[in-house]
Amino acid sequence: MNAGGLSAHAKVGGPPIREVNVRELERCCRAAVTAGARVQFAYAWFPNHAADSSASSSGLDGGTAELRYIVHTAAGELPEIWRCRPGAHHPPSLAPIAPLLSWYEREMTDLCGLQFEGQPQPEPLVLLPGAQASRPPLKPGPVAPLTYSPQPCTFPEVSGSAHHDVQRLPFGPIRADVLESAQFTFFYIGEAILHYHPQLFFKYRGMEKRFEGVSPELGVVLAERVSAVGSVAHALAYCQALESAAQCEVPPRAEWLRVLLAELERLYNHLHYFGHLCHTTTLKVGEAEGKLLEELAKQLNAEATGSRFLRSLVCPGGLRREPYLRGLSASLARLRREFSPYAEMLESSTTHLDRLITTGILRKQLAFDLGATGPIERASGVDRDPRRDQPYSIYRDLPLKVAVREGCDAHARQQVRIAEVSNSIELIESVLDGLPAGPTRAVCRPAPSSEGLGWAESPRGSVYYALHLDETGRLARVKIKSPSFSNWRVFPYTVHDSNMMDYAINEASFGLTIAGCAR
Amino acid sequence: MPFWTFYGLKQGNASTSWPAEGDDGQTGLLGMPRFDPAKCEEGCRACAEACLPGAITLADDPAAGGARLKVDYGRCVVCQLCIEACPTGAFTPSTDWAFGVRRRADLLWAGAVDSDEGEAVRGRIRGIFGRSLHVRHVDAGSCNGCESELQALNNPFYNLHRLGIFFTPSPRFADLLLVTGPVTYAMRGPLEEAYRAMPEPRFVMALGTCAVSGGTAGGGHACGNGLQGLLPVDVYVPGCPPNPAAIIHALLMLLERMPQRVRGGKLAPEAARA
Repeated sequence: MNAGGLSAHAKVGGPPIREVNVRELERCCRAAVTAGARVQFAYAWFPNHAADSSASSSGLDGGTAELRYIVHTAAGELPEIWRCRPGAHHPPSLAPIAPLLSWYEREMTDLCGLQFEGQPQPEPLVLLPGAQASRPPLKPGPVAPLTYSPQPCTFPEVSGSAHHDVQRLPFGPIRADVLESAQFTFFYIGEAILHYHPQLFFKYRGMEKRFEGVSPELGVVLAERVSAVGSVAHALAYCQALESAAQCEVPPRAEWLRVLLAELERLYNHLHYFGHLCHTTTLKVGEAEGKLLEELAKQLNAEATGSRFLRSLVCPGGLRREPYLRGLSASLARLRREFSPYAEMLESSTTHLDRLITTGILRKQLAFDLGATGPIERASGVDRDPRRDQPYSIYRDLPLKVAVREGCDAHARQQVRIAEVSNSIELIESVLDGLPAGPTRAVCRPAPSSEGLGWAESPRGSVYYALHLDETGRLARVKIKSPSFSNWRVFPYTVHDSNMMDYAINEASFGLTIAGCAR
Repeated sequence: MPFWTFYGLKQGNASTSWPAEGDDGQTGLLGMPRFDPAKCEEGCRACAEACLPGAITLADDPAAGGARLKVDYGRCVVCQLCIEACPTGAFTPSTDWAFGVRRRADLLWAGAVDSDEGEAVRGRIRGIFGRSLHVRHVDAGSCNGCESELQALNNPFYNLHRLGIFFTPSPRFADLLLVTGPVTYAMRGPLEEAYRAMPEPRFVMALGTCAVSGGTAGGGHACGNGLQGLLPVDVYVPGCPPNPAAIIHALLMLLERMPQRVRGGKLAPEAARA
């Protein structure tokens, strides 16, 4: 697994950067995709913006956007970064070759003002219809508040002899129950859903912009507040990006404890997931038990770290303070004792399983091409997990088991998570057993104008942070690739042509957040 | 086929009786940092520099002959960085999380605490809603931390129903509008619409630091500053996020079933705990 003697990425100064000419972009992308690579995400930033006039000395177009594509080749631990300076050209849309890039390109159009030639879905994504920015929000510098006069969405046209029978149901953005805000539009006949259109960006807060000008040490406070239920993963990816930029070596004890925190996060999230899934299949006792176990896990978090969301511990260079570990293994043993009969019951309740099996089918090829991540892709037979494939922290020294199922349905997604809960408990126990002594924090001071890429596997899939620092050492641009952005991209394909009765179950089986997607 | 009914019975009752008695479930949880300006060093601004959301700021105070620290718990995201930055121990960790207040001003640290105006008797609230309150929650752009804790209220441990408080899908049946998040540009309209749809008398609770003041996401091009200047707020509950017990305290405070515990940014003495 340790290919070419590469150690954890934080210690080697980050992935290689490859220059790609804008005219070569399509060819490179096609070659990579044919060779089994996945273009993981893309973003744009504006280098040299502050020094617009002097930047021409580089011979390139200082002050205009630079594109970045992060590519995972089929083999190899480190992702490859492609850098492309389109200059005066409109870059070509790569969505026809790598469909998962479509949303990233539309995001760049909305927030960076870039136009992509041949983008198959040119309408806005992040900005709602009727929202106007005075200038592209992600260009450095202050931006006036968006103006907004709501406009109707564009929907596909309904035609055919029975088109009068097709009903349109808009649902949200304020939904029943305590849920995050989003609007879903269903086109349906009777029980059958013909088409489903989610509008996920009512909660767009402009979090990436909030990082601009912030000092790297304070940025972690923001990263922890992008998606609360992924606080640790976001903080970890952010800090690892910074550590990669600073070539900082995190002390071993801090690395071990970071894994402990990341797995505690997976634990309470997955337990919540089972409770919520049972809620949608109306398995009442199963719902109560799942949510009670989640509460026990959150209380255990608070006792160990002072925060039910495990916040305020991970920091650039290690950890801010020691967690309080006394009593943790006893609480963990109790969780394990209660979880295994619960999981067995979930896996043998026919009323529950009847609703899950064959619900929300996501085929392997679609999952891969559209960028599904985490338990979602692994339940569709895609065997990927950054904890093993691009190992960070000390995962390579721990008994990590990547759970993969071939079922492609809601049941497979439950099974993957059940296996992950058991493995998380094992991982935490191994950390408690093998925890080395020593300091928990190293100096992490990235050089001005440096950049870094960091990643972590959150309970919902992979989180990436790409950071660029300005010449004063403050954050100039932070790109967040969140797992829910990826999985929401895939989700509608499991809803078209399904039925209303299964919708809530299917959505619950994906375990998505809106905050992470909209940012 | 497993016997879920038997399984449930075997598990027994998991609910706490708090606040009447018993466990609030928040052992070890860190609350708002305590502030003691007597320990401050002249000219030191380490805490203000470590405070991302601007809860600690330097304000000119001619009476004191220079700048003075201003601490606003309505902006605090409980990140604990001021405690680490302070060289003299003027900020200390605490477990003070019951920070629901009726007046925004009570979240500003003040040396001398004025009379208990915040506790103004509105006996009719308890009379009408004391035994049954229906809540419509609106997420106006939160990071989902507040939602996670609100969902926890209905888990078997907190079991909110035991207190006669219920979430309702329709604002038409709601007595309380419970808002989370800094209010994004796109959620402002739906939020105001939900408020208008509620029958009177109606109450508004700003839950979480984002809804109180904007928090880490507030301002900027896509967000407002919480409910400031948007809706009349009856109870402010800062916290990032407020834990379920803090939310229960704030709800019961609105219903005049528990006293407000914070005045002038400080927790009242233990005796005030009902």
